[in-house]
Amino acid sequence: MDYLFTEEQKMIKDLARKISEEKVKPVRAELDETGTFPWELMKEFGKADLCGLYIPEKFGGFGGGCLEFCLATEEVSRICGGVGVTFAASALGAFPILMFGTEEQKTKYLPDIASGKKLAAFGLTEANAGSDAGGIQTTAKKDGDYFILNGTKQWITNGGEAETYTVIAMTDKLKGSRGATAFILEKGMKGFDFGKKENKMGIRCSATRELVFQDCKVHKSQILGKEGMGFIVAMKTLDRTRPGIGAQAVGIAQGALDEALAYSKTRIQFGKPISSFQGVQHMFADMATQVEAARALVYATARTVDTGTNDISRDSAMCKLFASDTAMKVTTDAVQILAGYGYMKEYPVEKMMRDAKITQIYEGTNQIQRNVIALGLIKELAAKK
Amino acid sequence: MPDTTNVKIDPKTNTLIREGVKSIVNPFDENAIEEAVRLKEAHGGKVTVITMGPPQAAEALKSAIAMGADEGILISDRAFAGADTWATSYTLSQAIKKIGTFDLVLFGKQAIDGDTAQVGPGVAEFLDIPQITFAIKIDIVGADGNQPSARVKRQLEESAEIAETKLPAAVTVIKQINEPRMPSLKGQMRAKKAEIQTWTAETIMAEPENIGLKGSPTQVVRIFTPPPRGNSEMLEGTIEEISIKLFNKLKEQKII
Repeated sequence: MDYLFTEEQKMIKDLARKISEEKVKPVRAELDETGTFPWELMKEFGKADLCGLYIPEKFGGFGGGCLEFCLATEEVSRICGGVGVTFAASALGAFPILMFGTEEQKTKYLPDIASGKKLAAFGLTEANAGSDAGGIQTTAKKDGDYFILNGTKQWITNGGEAETYTVIAMTDKLKGSRGATAFILEKGMKGFDFGKKENKMGIRCSATRELVFQDCKVHKSQILGKEGMGFIVAMKTLDRTRPGIGAQAVGIAQGALDEALAYSKTRIQFGKPISSFQGVQHMFADMATQVEAARALVYATARTVDTGTNDISRDSAMCKLFASDTAMKVTTDAVQILAGYGYMKEYPVEKMMRDAKITQIYEGTNQIQRNVIALGLIKELAAKK
Repeated sequence: MPDTTNVKIDPKTNTLIREGVKSIVNPFDENAIEEAVRLKEAHGGKVTVITMGPPQAAEALKSAIAMGADEGILISDRAFAGADTWATSYTLSQAIKKIGTFDLVLFGKQAIDGDTAQVGPGVAEFLDIPQITFAIKIDIVGADGNQPSARVKRQLEESAEIAETKLPAAVTVIKQINEPRMPSLKGQMRAKKAEIQTWTAETIMAEPENIGLKGSPTQVVRIFTPPPRGNSEMLEGTIEEISIKLFNKLKEQKII
């Protein structure tokens, strides 16, 4: 299918594919098995100028947008969903700075993220604040020109490995969602530590850790946007990064489809390759159609984000929902096609199935995505009256 | 050059079947390009990449520019067709003479199709400059004010030696000298915009009797795939250990 990419976009896709094939593929099984953080690969992406695709040129980036970021994320995830999310989560941490940062904050933090020298992370989720982000208990108490942070963020991707963190904390609990504020924190600040590294089902090479704040003193100049804008920062960020999760899901699904297709031509049963059986063929037809539909939705959403519109919540929820459900279904079918072999770790599809599951959960569960979509529909209807 | 990992030989004409075979940069040349770019990054200067080939070889030059080379020159003319290593060395040396001043001419140790390892040394002879082959490390020394030299570690089969030469000189490099970098996006953008100059036989003032098939003393009489050798055994260990093992084997077989 021709998605009418520019020369630059094709170049990004090809380059991300080349690095993924040559550098990621040989190590993905071991990274998964040992849960080793892929620092070397992140450096490779940095050297190839892929870490700053969505960052303006004046801050050391490539000057592209959400679509360029999605193209690279998809290609990396086609080979390894764990490396893919590590790559993508840095953008999740950087996007708030890009959107809400002052010129000074952007100049300070974005160039190192764009060059791949440093990774970023985003800290919103807590033990009691998942889908209900309003339940945040981490507090930031004002103390002169400073704020004192206390609390624990949970399941933070790139936690411990990233240098730059965007963290949402309550500056005024009484104000509810209007009492949250976004801060830029740096690894190494006094009172900012990391909890245990989680042992996960999939995306195992990615780092998932707690961010622990104990009287962590932060200067007010580290506030992103304004005091009380924390939820707006978080929601607007997620609206723009969800297509990245969609792209990750499309990549994982495509990787599984590629593996299953190649296998089906070599697996002989009843004297014929299993690709010649209509039952298998129909599975492939459905898988390929779903992957392509998900891809088209992700690209269209990314392009919509790049127009600069604010009205993006519903679309970005749709693309994340559909692509991640597709990834789960297609990877499950890929394991089914490889059957006994597919269930074994010698073949990559069982890992792809494990990696796919998280895409239905993080950056908002798919149930929350459905809420967002439905709310968008109802609002639209109300606006017409 | 054609990607030789999957290449087949046409049994009728005894030549490589090039149709449908992807073109790649000779892997050893990628090491040479990488080394040139690293030397430039360390000492300054300019990297010019030259290749002789058909018009599509411009792509190879662009990939060198993507890695950090400053410019690419394609030596291309129907008159060069059928050149052997002698005529190729002559042609490349003419192009280098046209460029004028240079400090270092780098080559991959050999091409992975012909495997001759003759072009680097051949060019050095035509240019009448010193040559050091099979380099695993290159250091530029005495660059501050004095005439710079290249101190080169050469990898030999069981040992290494260090040789030093005044510049300009020619050096051929082996795979272990470095790991060629992946192209970067900014490099590729630069490569895309780069204009590749094409030089013909006339541009480089090449003598017609020295180029192409006519200028090539080598004649391919026959190409064949040798039958696989019988059982072989690799002896491992230090040179002394291998010598003793070999001696015992030869004795066992009553050869000595």
